[in-house]
Amino acid sequence: MPLSSATPRNKMEARELTLRYGSKVAIKQVSLAIPEHKVTALIGPSGCGKSTFLRSLNRMNDLIPGASHDGMVFLDGRSIHDRALDVVDLRRRVGMVFQKSNPFPKSIFENVAYGLRVGGLKDKTKLAARVEKSLRGAALWDEVKDRLEESALGLSGGQQQRLCIARALAVEPEVLLMDEPASALDPIATAKIEELIHELKATYTIAIVTHNMQQAARVSDRTAFFYMGELVECGATEQIFTNPHEKRTEDYVTGKFG
Amino acid sequence: MAATHTDKAFEQDLRNLREKLLAMGAKVETLIAQSTKALTDRDSSLAEQVVGADREVNRLEVDIDDLCRRILALRQPAASDLRLITTALKIVTDLERIGDLAVNIAERAMDLNQVPPLAPYYVDTPKLAELAQQQVKKALDAFVSGDAAKAEDVLKGDDLLDALFLKIFNELLAYMMEDSRNIRRATALMFIAKHLERIGDHALNVAEMVIYMVRGKDVRHPRSRDLE
Repeated sequence: MPLSSATPRNKMEARELTLRYGSKVAIKQVSLAIPEHKVTALIGPSGCGKSTFLRSLNRMNDLIPGASHDGMVFLDGRSIHDRALDVVDLRRRVGMVFQKSNPFPKSIFENVAYGLRVGGLKDKTKLAARVEKSLRGAALWDEVKDRLEESALGLSGGQQQRLCIARALAVEPEVLLMDEPASALDPIATAKIEELIHELKATYTIAIVTHNMQQAARVSDRTAFFYMGELVECGATEQIFTNPHEKRTEDYVTGKFG
Repeated sequence: MAATHTDKAFEQDLRNLREKLLAMGAKVETLIAQSTKALTDRDSSLAEQVVGADREVNRLEVDIDDLCRRILALRQPAASDLRLITTALKIVTDLERIGDLAVNIAERAMDLNQVPPLAPYYVDTPKLAELAQQQVKKALDAFVSGDAAKAEDVLKGDDLLDALFLKIFNELLAYMMEDSRNIRRATALMFIAKHLERIGDHALNVAEMVIYMVRGKDVRHPRSRDLE
């Protein structure tokens, strides 16, 4: 096993993060670092808190009525709950891709340009350049470059998901959060997304929630196992899948639950 | 291993695999005992049985490999399951080699049974055979019970075999120097002793894999690793 000479910097870090929906505790005292330019996979059964944890990294849970938290989350060492921090800017820096691709009922071009326009970019040449760069980044450019004005809804499911990734990339985020990005896709589209994740981590820091353990094993550098709102174990992906230290992790990855 | 797999068919596959390996292990233990007995009792028909029984060991090897490949392809095992399957794939080769070595011993025994015995009790050959057989048995017990400490005993036990082999070797050398007419028989016995010592080495391989299976830690070739 090659030992990397330098320990990667933690792009994000949660410290003793507890999150409640009303009185229901969704995650308990979770401390977990998201290292820079690595893919961190969050796995665990439904209701274990992995998606809640992911959403707490760009304060998406703020949008849910009754949600409250204790503990801290840091981005580049600074608390994301800092009053002086702009939530819109946080969500630009920490972008998100959802399970169901959700393109706007607009053209392919406008889908990617939308966030940039909202951000105040008007220059047509610059806009076109950023759209192309984002579509290339999402490995979709070659498939859509001749039909940028067509509706995004005419794309296949896998293309729509890559369009949503392009849309997330357009605003030049630093961290990408992916919530089951390939669960509704066929194996070929899934392979394309996974390949894309490999490419993206050179530029971005990625955290991905997946129910598919083989997918976690394939795409991630580190894997964190959540169970009933707790972080049970986090380690190098290879270790989690060949020699987990915790009994509950072992039972989950070998399929001995329920 | 208290918790069982949610998928019962997977659980059954793993149980099958353990049972087949155990059956194969029991078979090769018997072959070691029989091949040595064929020598000491001068029983050539028993030796022929050993030669015939090897086919069964070979069939089990193919069966187990097949089962492992199927589990890998269909179940994508992880963690302790993955370590069990990779261990099974490796130790099956060692068990098959042990079977082959027992056959080689039986063939030498058949040759030796044609001529008067070289020495009473065939020097320490029966003792070496017993040690080798014990090592195989212990390694397989460690596999079945997932007992890494027992597997470590096997690693330590190998020195005894090596020492006894060296003693036999020197003794047979003395017979050869004494009278050149002894050379043919002494050489055959030396081969047998070497085969038994080799069986011990295969038991050692099995034990090392068992330690990996249980602890997830590879204990093989510690000195080569320092070179990296």
